[in-house]
Amino acid sequence: MMFGHGEKDVGIVTYGAYIPRFRILPEEIARVWGENGEAMKNGLMIFSKSVPYPDEDVITISVEAARNALARADLDPEEIGAVYVGSESHPYAVKPSGTIVAEAIGASHFITVADYEFACKAGTAAMQTSMGLVSSGMAKYSLAIGADTSQGAPGDALEYSASAGGAAFIIGKEGVIARINRTLSFTSDTPDFWRREGQPYPSHGGRFTGEPAYFRHVATCAGELMKVQGTQPSDYDFAVFHQPNGKFPTRVAQQLGFEKKQYETGLTTPYIGNTYSASMMIGLSAILDVAKPGQKVLGVAFGSGAGSDAFDITITDEMENYNKAAAPTVKSLVERSELLDYGRYAKFKGKIVMKE
Amino acid sequence: MANPRYWRENPSRYNLIGKRCENCGTVHFPPREICPKCRRKSIGKMKSHKLSGRGKVYSFTIVHEPMPDFSLMKPYIMAMVEMEEGVRLTGQIVDCEPARLSIGMEVEATLRKLGQEGSSGIIRYGYKFRPR
Amino acid sequence: MREVAIIGIGDTRFGELWEHSLRDIGMQAGLNAVSDAGIAGEQIEALYIGNMAAGSLIDQEHLGALVSDYSGLSQLHIPAVRIEAAGASGGMALREGYLAVASGLHDVVMVAGAEKMTDVTDEEIPMVQMAGGDQQWEGIAGATMPSLFAMMARRHMHEYGTTREQLASVPVKNHKNGALNKQAQYQRAITMETVLKSPVVADPLGVFDCAPVSDGAAALILAPADAAGKYAQEAIRIAASAAATDTLALQHRESLTRMDSVKVASTKAYRTAGVNPKDIDVAEIHDSYSIAEIMSIEDLGFFEKGRGGPATLEGMTEINGVVSVNTSGGLKARGDPMGATGVAQAVEIARQLRGKADKRQVTDAEVGLSLNVGGTGGTSVVHIFRRA
Repeated sequence: MMFGHGEKDVGIVTYGAYIPRFRILPEEIARVWGENGEAMKNGLMIFSKSVPYPDEDVITISVEAARNALARADLDPEEIGAVYVGSESHPYAVKPSGTIVAEAIGASHFITVADYEFACKAGTAAMQTSMGLVSSGMAKYSLAIGADTSQGAPGDALEYSASAGGAAFIIGKEGVIARINRTLSFTSDTPDFWRREGQPYPSHGGRFTGEPAYFRHVATCAGELMKVQGTQPSDYDFAVFHQPNGKFPTRVAQQLGFEKKQYETGLTTPYIGNTYSASMMIGLSAILDVAKPGQKVLGVAFGSGAGSDAFDITITDEMENYNKAAAPTVKSLVERSELLDYGRYAKFKGKIVMKE
Repeated sequence: MANPRYWRENPSRYNLIGKRCENCGTVHFPPREICPKCRRKSIGKMKSHKLSGRGKVYSFTIVHEPMPDFSLMKPYIMAMVEMEEGVRLTGQIVDCEPARLSIGMEVEATLRKLGQEGSSGIIRYGYKFRPR
Repeated sequence: MREVAIIGIGDTRFGELWEHSLRDIGMQAGLNAVSDAGIAGEQIEALYIGNMAAGSLIDQEHLGALVSDYSGLSQLHIPAVRIEAAGASGGMALREGYLAVASGLHDVVMVAGAEKMTDVTDEEIPMVQMAGGDQQWEGIAGATMPSLFAMMARRHMHEYGTTREQLASVPVKNHKNGALNKQAQYQRAITMETVLKSPVVADPLGVFDCAPVSDGAAALILAPADAAGKYAQEAIRIAASAAATDTLALQHRESLTRMDSVKVASTKAYRTAGVNPKDIDVAEIHDSYSIAEIMSIEDLGFFEKGRGGPATLEGMTEINGVVSVNTSGGLKARGDPMGATGVAQAVEIARQLRGKADKRQVTDAEVGLSLNVGGTGGTSVVHIFRRA
């Protein structure tokens, strides 16, 4: 049986995002490595990317996003039954990020916690798990976080995109502002991008990350979901896809038959870079920032290795009563920024070998 | 630092849990078991109290010769923050241009890394502040 | 309680004593004090060592036995103990020695203070200094000792209009005095411009607002005042010894612009000695930071609150001013080997009251005061001294 059938009334109860305030421009990275900055910028469609401060990591970013989510909802953190943090840059190889996040948001100790990793889609895998727990009645609320402080090897193409950010969604059945009508995944063994244990920087398959990986998985997953739901692109007010750069999501949206007005709201990578596990979720947060009751959203995440998670979402009437103003919008998080030169960027990212 | 020394204080460092003296109403942070104002009368009457996290800068400085854990962030801002509850906390201010700083500036608590036991040891998290 | 007198003083030069260990300098100061007093080692009945941080600086505790041993007193098996109260360790050691003699328990005791700070790297010093504050709640948050005093300075400027120049006038004066002291770490005068242009440590405080990292030791021999006549030197009477504490953390202080422990300890000391602030001719004040001297001369009652800055800039605390403050050069110019400082302050006051302070001699000095402070004022020790 195909994965993804759930109860009709499960969805997002509240959400919050967080983006560190430092930025670096592709021109600045290119200047250091002797590349053509203009070509990089236009080729990737990335005009700046976010950089974490040295005291920020996946845990602090996750806590920020989760606290932003809680600030908007009238929800007792002790009613959260599960916390999942999806990331490919957990600060610890062994020791969960989620336990620290759970404590820092005032959750009960009688909860289940785990960290997820699936390249850029660990956060949406956490959303799906949460849907299952809530649907089955195992948890009243479940917190799903996607957060990363992703790494790109110095001089590698990834360095122009790998950035930092996080988004937190609390999944439940009560007070749902965005009902998840259905989720669906498409998964295969496709080694387009990986990082071996103990290695500081990931490796990738170059152009192999395109057609056989990103485009095949995203398009198949989105197509299958629309087929199962009996919908077509014109039925959606918004569409958001995983954004390893600005170009891929734009192209896949167009291939699937979406128009700019549907996908531009959730397209944040051109301004903050690829936030990996948070990428589609920050885009979805930007949509929730503006969406009205009755509007429909298609969201499709992609994780290298490879797989896609798609979500068919409807904004509910609850959105009218929702205290959105209690936490910063994605737009305001994108706009607050301070530019770094490559030297400070390298220091912040720990790329300079320091004396122990 | 062995982990337990830090671990036992996590509730206060993550969530600003202090104590309120039920005898005089004074809020203390970090938690203490005896209120310096009420002494004997406060014994058994010190109840856990979570600070709102909001406060105003009472004094501040920009540190150019840092504690070792913060050398990558120098110069950084240290402040004395007077919380809404009246208690003062010494902490860093992040996400703030030094030129913006002033006594009376409104800030709120955030969670950041406070240090680590080398590259293989435990990472310590705790409160810092940022402009509201 | 018996009256107690200082009958011998000794110190090493303060500074970067690369060739000497803690054992060497502790021994040297003690030997100087013993020979100054003209006594034999056998007469010493007990030893009190002020030391703040040998455990973290040189991994050595148990300094009572160590200093006694290396001073050649091991065969005498006298009681010896190390006293710790952060930067006020030396002053507290003097107080313990004073109490032992005053109580009648001992007749002749040695009080020493010693610290060896240059055996660790510069990067380790902020941690060691901060151990005198609340390391667990302020140090971990990133506070350094200078940053705490900087926040006191900013608040003092905010509340009383104290200026950067007024702060800078403290190290300028103290360097001027240090230039006249052969035992001082820095024996050269500096200009206001030097202070104002010095690299920032924690704004508004720069390098020249902060006492240096120093090695050094100082020692005193105490005896009952009524027997003081039989020793070699003019005895200096300890007219009062008072100490007070306050919250460990600066964040818990009622005010950032005064040190209540200084107020309480000095009020007690004045009462015991039967003197007023204006009776003090010469004072050694804990100028670990320029703002600390300004706050202290206010809290000691030399000047009204808020007037410490203007008074210093106007020269009222220079040698033979309204009150001569830090004639030795203070912590800033003489140096600040933490546990030795409180003892060295008493050594300087004794020199002044004996009339043996050379070119920095305060005219007709009769009454002297020392203020030794630990941390940001968690401990204060005040001693008042008189010519016997």
